[in-house]
Amino acid sequence: MTRAQTGPDPAFDILIIGAGVVGCAAFRAFAMAGLRAALVERGADLLSGASKANSALLHTGFDAVPGSLEARLMRQGHAAYRALHARLGLPLLETGAIVVAWTEADLAALPGIVARAHANGVADVRLLSAPEVRQREPHLAPDLLGGVLVPGEAVIDPWSAPLAYARQGLAHGGTLLRETRVTAGRQAEDGSWQLETSAGPLRARVVVNCAGNQGDIVEAIARPSPFEIRPRKGQFVVLDKTAFALARSIILPVPNERTKGVVISRTAFGNLLVGPTAEEQQDREAATVEEAALVELLRQGRRMIPALAEEPVTATYAGLRPATQFKDYQIEALPARRWITVGGIRSTGLTGSLGIAAYLLELYGAHFAPLPPPPEPIWTPVPNLTETLPRPWQQPGRDEIICHCEMVTRAEITAALAPPLPAGDLGGLKRRTRCMMGRCQGFYCTRRVLEIAAPHLPGLVAPLDGGAG
Amino acid sequence: MRQAIIIGAGPAGLTAARHLAAAGLRDVLVLERNPEAGGLPRFAAHPGWGMLDFHRLWSGPRYARELVRAAAAAEIRTGHSVTALAPGGGVEVNSAAGTETLHARAVLLAAGIREMPRSARLLSGTRPWGVLSTGAFQEMVHAGGMRPFLRPVILGTELVAFSALLTARQAGIRPVAMLEAGRRITARRPGDWVARHLLGVPVRTATRLLAVEGQGRVEAVLVERDGRRERIACDGVILSGRFVPEAALARAGHLTMDPGTGGPAIDNHWRCSDPAFFAAGNVLRPVEHSGAAAAEGAAAARAMLRALEGRLPPPSAALPVVAAGGLRYVYPQRVVPGDGMVRLLARAAAAGRGWLRLSAGGVVLWQRAIHALPERRITLPLDTGLLRGAAGVTVELA
Repeated sequence: MTRAQTGPDPAFDILIIGAGVVGCAAFRAFAMAGLRAALVERGADLLSGASKANSALLHTGFDAVPGSLEARLMRQGHAAYRALHARLGLPLLETGAIVVAWTEADLAALPGIVARAHANGVADVRLLSAPEVRQREPHLAPDLLGGVLVPGEAVIDPWSAPLAYARQGLAHGGTLLRETRVTAGRQAEDGSWQLETSAGPLRARVVVNCAGNQGDIVEAIARPSPFEIRPRKGQFVVLDKTAFALARSIILPVPNERTKGVVISRTAFGNLLVGPTAEEQQDREAATVEEAALVELLRQGRRMIPALAEEPVTATYAGLRPATQFKDYQIEALPARRWITVGGIRSTGLTGSLGIAAYLLELYGAHFAPLPPPPEPIWTPVPNLTETLPRPWQQPGRDEIICHCEMVTRAEITAALAPPLPAGDLGGLKRRTRCMMGRCQGFYCTRRVLEIAAPHLPGLVAPLDGGAG
Repeated sequence: MRQAIIIGAGPAGLTAARHLAAAGLRDVLVLERNPEAGGLPRFAAHPGWGMLDFHRLWSGPRYARELVRAAAAAEIRTGHSVTALAPGGGVEVNSAAGTETLHARAVLLAAGIREMPRSARLLSGTRPWGVLSTGAFQEMVHAGGMRPFLRPVILGTELVAFSALLTARQAGIRPVAMLEAGRRITARRPGDWVARHLLGVPVRTATRLLAVEGQGRVEAVLVERDGRRERIACDGVILSGRFVPEAALARAGHLTMDPGTGGPAIDNHWRCSDPAFFAAGNVLRPVEHSGAAAAEGAAAARAMLRALEGRLPPPSAALPVVAAGGLRYVYPQRVVPGDGMVRLLARAAAAGRGWLRLSAGGVVLWQRAIHALPERRITLPLDTGLLRGAAGVTVELA
């Protein structure tokens, strides 16, 4: 089913529901494979759901369940990111991680962690003695007992990566439809889908459900969902850039059955991140931060790195991970239904997304239609927001700086509001530029940002002589 | 190498620049990251500015213009962001021309202050559009001609909250409530009377803001009073007060910070731990009014002039001044013995009556019974002539 075969037929070869990181990576893969691809998102911008708030880590999969689909796709996703990030202008902070043992029980678990990592093919994982951990991480509390070094764990920019994937998909002729909520659908006699959406009907030969926290609801369009989304909330605290130096590696706790526990890591933007919590909840929409949980995160952070007590909080946030009753990813092709299910990508979607996308191409080729020879790839680098690569403010002749905390220039804000993928809301503008995301959180720059952005993002403010905002 | 660089063109920095230039310094350079000089008064349209330093009652923008005009003998470079400090008076500055490191014999930090954002307050709830600090709100109205909401709640009852109320009134915005966690309004009368009777805004004391609600925009706040919870419908939240010095440059650099003030530690000559750097104004501690910040800028300029003439005592001679029980902070954090009378400034941690006491080596040098309020400045006189042989000074509220 190539472009040539579609002719005047308005149907898409493939329609992906949900523009989270997995949907964006799938969109990129199918568009780059030469298919007529559509990415359909109910929110005003990409990353309006689970993918907008995560821990921004590129995992090795060292602690995944050996033999699981998640383990395999994380490994592939990780390798794919390393292979392409430079061509898309995406950062990679080679921090490595250390799983730190704080108790005798933790210490006893370390050899098992190394063994599992090796079973997962992450061969460079090894034990560290307590003095070795202290030498690598002098700011950790001195009562640590030992650790496991995971050299391949890294930090990335969680927002620019999916943005780059979506932009590359657009460059390859894909169609992005935002503020388009899929509400129902039926298969025509030829098996293709007629979807009802808040923006009118859409036709597609194959549908991919990447709906994240809405995954089981969307799945019900095709069949009774075999999984149930049980949203799991993670809250995070971002500490000031002055805290960046206090941890070089990602500091991981020894995991238990339910969660990987509280992590301390650098961010690509030069801060230090503490989180997440892991809280089951019914609500699929509201990811609230709660003072008591944030205080507890800070307490746990200070327990591991006492000097954090002196560091101011820059930001707090919370995300909802689309957990299900199953531990593994729920990915399945339904040939008769012309449907591919991608569910339960709980907390490793950022790492796994490129591996998942490649797997979806395989499933498509095996079950729906042979893939045409792919066109030459078009590379569409995104602007750099991280401190590891040069930023526009450092270039002579720079435009005026609007956001002083994050050193964001007017030209960057203007560009983020322009095609090919303009920010759909203020959150999208912040994620594309980092304006208003620094230590003052908009005290100094909100007015000047909105003077530029308000004409593009209606509903935020009203002119003083006009009506309501 | 220049004689003097001033970082920040607000009341403290511009006043210091004026005094340094008036004393005959030819190469005073003021670096300001914003497109115009003047500092935060630029965005406060109500009158009440300039009384202490110009003996006039101006609007904030007028005051800002007069400060700039009075400092005209100094060179003011706007659009210049200081990105790092280096030991011995190094200032890394970025502009459209690129990044360079300048050096001066005396550098003044006068970067001012901002309000604590919602995140650092660890405020609970969703994170929709419509939660603004007073400063951002007033700038949007006065400088941007924008109305971000129609019926916000105002959190806090400091003076600045009533200033926000006046701004709201000018913009046709009707706040639905002012919330105060304490039993009484923080600002002194007639603020509460103005709010209740003139502006018709109910002030709810002993009321805690539990959570912000709403997805795209604020839809309500959840509050609690005496164990009873209530939802107040609104379309915005103005966070007032809770000021923090904009001292990131000092924090990120090599200067000693005071966790109590949140600003760089200074001695009684406005010198930081690196004696090439001085600090004045609201970068030193949570907020004082602009007149006080300007007066500090003038005093720091006098100290800088003495330093340039080699007439300041060596910083190594200074003794630490420590805030003990009942006080959040005291500054200057170091004093040089034998420097005559020095004024110490402090804040109480909580409201209450007690003895304010200054001691050195277990000997009480001065004490006074006071009724302390956390938002009110406490002034203590210290005769540094009494400190010979002492190891440090302790200030407490017992």
